[in-house]
Amino acid sequence: MRYSAFSLLKHALSHNRHWQPAWRSPEPRRKYDVLIVGGGGHGLATAYYLAKEHGVKNVAVLEKDWIGGGNTGRNTTIVRSNYLWTEATQLYEKSLKLWEGLSQDLNYNVMFSQRGVYNLGHNLQDMRDIERRVNANRLNGIDAEVVSAAQVKKAIPHINTSPDARYPILGASLQRRGGVARHDAVAWGFARAADALGVDIIEQCEVTGVNRDGGKVTGVETTRGTINASKIGVVVAGNASVLATMAGLRLPVESHPLQAFVSEPLKPVLDTVVMSGAVHGYISQSDKGELVIGAGIDAYTGYGQRGSFPIIEHTMEAIVELFPIFSRVRMLRMWGGIVDICPDACPIIGKTSIDGLYFNCGWGTGGFKATPGSGWVFAHTIAKDEPHELNAPFGLDRFVSGALIDEHGAAAVAH
Amino acid sequence: MLLIECPWCGERAETEFSYGGEAGIARPKDPDALSDAEWADYLFNRTNPRGAHKELWNHAQGCRRWFGVERDTVTYKIAGSYTLPVPTGKKGP
Repeated sequence: MRYSAFSLLKHALSHNRHWQPAWRSPEPRRKYDVLIVGGGGHGLATAYYLAKEHGVKNVAVLEKDWIGGGNTGRNTTIVRSNYLWTEATQLYEKSLKLWEGLSQDLNYNVMFSQRGVYNLGHNLQDMRDIERRVNANRLNGIDAEVVSAAQVKKAIPHINTSPDARYPILGASLQRRGGVARHDAVAWGFARAADALGVDIIEQCEVTGVNRDGGKVTGVETTRGTINASKIGVVVAGNASVLATMAGLRLPVESHPLQAFVSEPLKPVLDTVVMSGAVHGYISQSDKGELVIGAGIDAYTGYGQRGSFPIIEHTMEAIVELFPIFSRVRMLRMWGGIVDICPDACPIIGKTSIDGLYFNCGWGTGGFKATPGSGWVFAHTIAKDEPHELNAPFGLDRFVSGALIDEHGAAAVAH
Repeated sequence: MLLIECPWCGERAETEFSYGGEAGIARPKDPDALSDAEWADYLFNRTNPRGAHKELWNHAQGCRRWFGVERDTVTYKIAGSYTLPVPTGKKGP
């Protein structure tokens, strides 16, 4: 056991000067069996499951900055699986099942808290959509229920369910197994567990080119030299198009800034997750007491990790509409992550036209919840050189065949 | 807040505009002649560059006209706006 009450006390007495790093910081070797480009949650999970499930341990994760410094540390940490279509539901449900055992599996407390997720309905069409989605979920074996405005009010006393509200709350869908997790711990837990299985995690190592020989990949150029591998998995979220261009590919994704906010810490006031597609905001309260708030993307494409002012105003309007009690809460921090949006709001996980090059991208605004599941199916895809049945519908070929999985409106705007 | 120059109305706040995505994507003249992959490329694939980007904007809460803007997608600095070519009405090749 690395961490215990005794170790905390011991290190406190020595002024916390002797903690050991949770993972190694190796020099990159010249050759690996598999390279994972992108050291966010998805990339680290991919490396972890490659080593654990498939015995592929000669793996390096290349991260241009530091572990978990991108979207993994920039989201609102909501986990749920109540999507509309069977393909999406099964993929996110696989992930939710992994979340349920993740702290044990990684031996690292990711603080996964199944506090329930409410998706509010504000008009009759919202409620029809909610009923349709809840029924679809139940047919797929996902826990879901429709709750009335009175039940919402009982569970969340501070929410404004007045019929006089500009956008009155008529009811909600509720997934009780949904919730939140600590995003940093997810990155650290996967990094430590992958490292322990022999995966090299190489930070401050930016990929600048993808080397090919005919129709096969041979390795990558990086800011720390050439690294060779016959299999390369790219999991770089907002920068997917940049990496695709290096490999001579075109992707159906566009990168947009998505903002999140935290307030000053408050006493416990909200013990669940509330999302509204109609007023377009979502909110939960962290264990530290901060309100964690998110909303929509900037309409224009962008790679600057910050958001625009009109979105801040819009987000605050939405939250105050739902919770008038929060009108005088001050925001502590806000930041932006770059999300790669697909035309059908579903990810791309699979092979490309180049042998040995695999892409996992297009998660858009809702990738955090999928972290373990995304890594699990991507590891399978790389190890077996073919997709798992869970991610087979999510290939790039769906944009040619037309078999899109349209989750845009269906799963509520807010992912 | 972006300050976007409409070629007809001058500089206005970004909230007056709606975004139209990547500029210069011409609709294929004869879609039936394309393969599914070529049609998918026209329909879905985007350059999505990190850096200079030519894009379409519509002055939705102003003169409602479309125009082009060149903007850097990292710094969000706008290099300038331009009017779009006017269709001639002549049939293409």
